[in-house]
Amino acid sequence: MKNANQPEIKQEAVISVRGLYKSFGGSDVLKGIDLDVFKGENFVVLGRSGSGKSVLIKIIAGLLKPDQGSVNVLGLQVDQLSQKELQQLRLKMGFIFQSSALYDSMTIRENLEFSMIRNFKHLTSKEIDTAVIEVLDAVGLREKIEQMPSDLSGGQIKRIGIARTLILRPEIMLYDEPTAGLDPITCTEINELINQVQARYNTSSIIITHDLTCAKETGHRIAMLQDGNFQRIGSFDEIFDTDDSRVKSFFDYNFIT
Amino acid sequence: MSIRKTAVKLINFVYLAIRKYKSEDNLFSKRIDSFFEDTYHIHRFIARFFREIFQKPYEFREIIRQCYEVGFKSIPLITLTGFVIGIVFTKQSRPPLVEFGAASWLPSLIGIAFVRALGPLVTALIAAGKVGSNIGAELGSMKVTEQIDAMDVSAVNPYKFLVVTRVAATTLMLPVLMLYCTFVGLLGSYLNVHANELTSFVTFIESAFGSVSFLDVSSAVVKSVIYGFTIGIVGCYRGFNATNGTQGVGKAANRAVVFSMFLIFAEEIIIVQVTNWIATF
Repeated sequence: MKNANQPEIKQEAVISVRGLYKSFGGSDVLKGIDLDVFKGENFVVLGRSGSGKSVLIKIIAGLLKPDQGSVNVLGLQVDQLSQKELQQLRLKMGFIFQSSALYDSMTIRENLEFSMIRNFKHLTSKEIDTAVIEVLDAVGLREKIEQMPSDLSGGQIKRIGIARTLILRPEIMLYDEPTAGLDPITCTEINELINQVQARYNTSSIIITHDLTCAKETGHRIAMLQDGNFQRIGSFDEIFDTDDSRVKSFFDYNFIT
Repeated sequence: MSIRKTAVKLINFVYLAIRKYKSEDNLFSKRIDSFFEDTYHIHRFIARFFREIFQKPYEFREIIRQCYEVGFKSIPLITLTGFVIGIVFTKQSRPPLVEFGAASWLPSLIGIAFVRALGPLVTALIAAGKVGSNIGAELGSMKVTEQIDAMDVSAVNPYKFLVVTRVAATTLMLPVLMLYCTFVGLLGSYLNVHANELTSFVTFIESAFGSVSFLDVSSAVVKSVIYGFTIGIVGCYRGFNATNGTQGVGKAANRAVVFSMFLIFAEEIIIVQVTNWIATF
């Protein structure tokens, strides 16, 4: 899939993390993470539950403060931005939550319009409507526009979560466990959607997952996060071409060889 | 020398006592820490409200929607409670007044009681239960399902959209609900008075408001504004800081009600003292 028409990845880092440390209640979660994500790249972070994957992208999105280290996104130092500057940066950075976090008191249309109305005040209601339809078409759920999130299936909720992010035309996408809790067929559909989004909107992405199929189908580069740091970074084959028992066991568990 | 030794012993004793209470397994110490942390954070939360309410963008549409949720949807409960309290209070107050030959003072007593205390306090307690728990649970649920974080990463200020609008709505609506509750309470009282003494409505209202001063009405309105602000800010604070899934949502709603009621009683005592002090001038 992705290998057949792999996009051109420019060696221009859109996300750059250096010496990142984070702990919670005396427990060290991240211990000196270094990371570069290049323009047009899908960068997958693999790791077990509780290994700090989600913490990493929450720090990149400015939702959590690092204890130590620097996070640079699109040339801006995230932890040194004012609230207003951070909001401006977030317009260029989409975050898809594990649970999708759709606003459950709003219809799908209102979910998609919510941020657009408040951030692009010059747009007419017709233009906003067009944008809503366009992103719903992109995720194949146009007919659900007037429904409530509670009326949708798990896979549809994930798609709407992606659509809500895409409507702001971000340069960077941060996916937190995009295939968690979905059946294998829906997982494949979500993986395809991630690749389509990358190809169509030329986004750079960090994909947090513990699903090796997702990692293999979407990732241009993969990093294995264990014990608070990246143990290995490389292509899927490079990552698992090792005798390291911790990496091997992760692979064996996923594919039941 | 002996004084110095005693002082050193005393300081040592206090130091050891603090260390003992600060030990990790001391529940009392944890609660004290948590109380001071809460006090600090809630003050920052309030300061942020006053900073953000005057900054653009203004969410007028959401404020109006919240006014409808807080005000209009509370009317049935306020009507029922105010009306019943009006009837019961009149019924219970009559026998002692009759005994002293002062039955004609009943409307004045009811008027003063409702305007000065019952109207604001009953409205605030009902709103703390109904509106405060609703805000705590709604925001708590949004917090634990990451909807507040989702707003944040969509470049929308969740404090402005969720907190400022709700606190503004409770602050604006409580005085209106208080006036309505006072009116309904007086209506219930009038029905009881009319059934016993055949007093006309005009006479009843004239007697009821004859003893009520401008200071009584204005202090009732000011009280309601403060109670409304308290209910809104406590509900939002508890909801915004909810943790631990569904259990945390329940706790947030519960704490919003309990803490609001506690503050309302404390504020009532302070405001009554201040009003009495002003009245003496």
